[in-house]
Amino acid sequence: MSAVENALPQFSEVRLEEIRALIARYPHPRSALLPVLHMAQEDFGYLSMDVQTMVAKTLDLHLMAVREVVTFYTMFREKPCGTYLLEVCTNAGCMLNGADDLVRHLCDSLDIKVGQTTDDGMFTVAEVECAGACAGAPVVQINNAYHEKMDAAHMDAFIADAREKGGEK
Amino acid sequence: MIPSDPKKVTKICFDRIDIPDQLKLSVARENGAYKFLPTVLEKFDADQIIDEVKTSGLRGRGGAGFPTGLKWSFVPRNTGKPTYLLCNADEGEPGTFKDRDIMRFDPHLLIEGMIMAGFALGVHDAYIYIRGEFLHEANVLNEAIAEAYAANLLGDKILGTDYSMHLTVHRGAGAYICGEETALIESIEGKPGRPRFKPPFPAIEGFYRCPTVVNNVETLSTIPAILEHGGAWHAAIGKPNNTGMKIFSVSGHVNRPGNYEVPMGTTMRTLIEEHCGGLQHGTVPKVIIPGGSSTPWILAEHYDVPLTYDDLAKAGSMLGSGAVIVMDETADVVAVTRRLAHFYAHESCGQCTPCREGTGWIERVITRVENGQGCENDLQVLNDASVHMAGRTICALADGAAAPVLSLLKHFPDEVRSRLKEKSS
Repeated sequence: MSAVENALPQFSEVRLEEIRALIARYPHPRSALLPVLHMAQEDFGYLSMDVQTMVAKTLDLHLMAVREVVTFYTMFREKPCGTYLLEVCTNAGCMLNGADDLVRHLCDSLDIKVGQTTDDGMFTVAEVECAGACAGAPVVQINNAYHEKMDAAHMDAFIADAREKGGEK
Repeated sequence: MIPSDPKKVTKICFDRIDIPDQLKLSVARENGAYKFLPTVLEKFDADQIIDEVKTSGLRGRGGAGFPTGLKWSFVPRNTGKPTYLLCNADEGEPGTFKDRDIMRFDPHLLIEGMIMAGFALGVHDAYIYIRGEFLHEANVLNEAIAEAYAANLLGDKILGTDYSMHLTVHRGAGAYICGEETALIESIEGKPGRPRFKPPFPAIEGFYRCPTVVNNVETLSTIPAILEHGGAWHAAIGKPNNTGMKIFSVSGHVNRPGNYEVPMGTTMRTLIEEHCGGLQHGTVPKVIIPGGSSTPWILAEHYDVPLTYDDLAKAGSMLGSGAVIVMDETADVVAVTRRLAHFYAHESCGQCTPCREGTGWIERVITRVENGQGCENDLQVLNDASVHMAGRTICALADGAAAPVLSLLKHFPDEVRSRLKEKSS
């Protein structure tokens, strides 16, 4: 193995076992690409080029086959985000119930723009498309968990609580 | 329990939805889950099941409304290739949130429906393609599936019969287009979700070029009741050609947004006023988007439209996925159109030029109109871009993108003009 390959991040043995079992469930190992990328993002925080190269090797795919999937799907991130990723749905149902005001409030109170992360690395604010939970508008996804009927007070309380915990999720 | 008298039916997919601990297999079974499955596996054959589903009049609940039994009958037999069943749980159409409730509150209903559908179609490997954001729902399904395997309701030789079926939950990763069935197939093959040209239809060549049926969560969850009570029973609910119950996801300016399962043919007014507690402001809606953001808008003149595929088509729109987005008099319809234009531009997969370029163009023009920078000619540009991309692409995303823009221009030209930089006289 070359020095470069040695430097690549690696899945744990437990993960590799999980991936082997996953591959067995499909007619072709390529079908495991999206689930394996989800695992990689969970394990390494984001999908750096090194992580994508490692995923390609793990599934015996060309790097380009991985790249085109990573760049196509919005949930896959090529850059790190804050400890708390605050994704506000601003599509129709949420928009009609105050989502734009909520985004403005978050950006103002955290002093960042949409897509940015606070200097302390704690919070990233993003706008997302319809979360499929419109009865709970406006919806905020915080690190993959749905928080429904959110307003400025709820979010302020969440942020204060998160700051108090000092970055522990 | 669902009554065997069709006149007394008030719920099908949501029959068990309020029972606590429904996620546990033991509780689900006490309340009727998998009760009729052994009968189906032992006494029914494939043709009989497909006939019952045809007789039921069930039409696909994901949006297109294609007759389910007919879709199943297109699957060729004895091709030497495996047949696959894919459940479409992508639920991405803005305004739609019904499948999420079935999956998180009654996962065993969907699993049972998939076993029955799989048995009818000779499927041994089935998958639930669930949108990536629904992590909680995927976890709930995985736990339910694990319990079903342990009880031999899934896996090899189900309940001691000769039928075997494996079921896997597959998470998407944030792409609206993957709700289109051929894009969904591309995605579950580990590729970007770009729709395929049809024909061949998935029933002939789908997942890895094998015969494949793609059905929506609500569609599959209706199958157990149809087989237990019979196709004729289902056909007696609702209206002719528009049979059964339907879940409507109501959002926007109503007092009690949520999912409501009602008989097909219930009027829009009844849904909004009796079930959803009426509008937040005023007494008459300004706009109703009746079937998800891709369906043409209807106005107050159609407030009494019966909720069926046929009646909404007559009113110039579509039943779609049953996602009713309600706007009262406070709604800024130009802003809503701009927001939806942004959505379609963001979600266009980019393979067809009219859609890739048209959705971006529309977003730029409607944005400047919203910001008071538009001119009279922009109305023509918006109209032409919409008309020229709809129907000229591989899939229907462009048609969906055109619907809100054309609706805005048709119903609210004065409101658009009032936002222009130089007002026309």
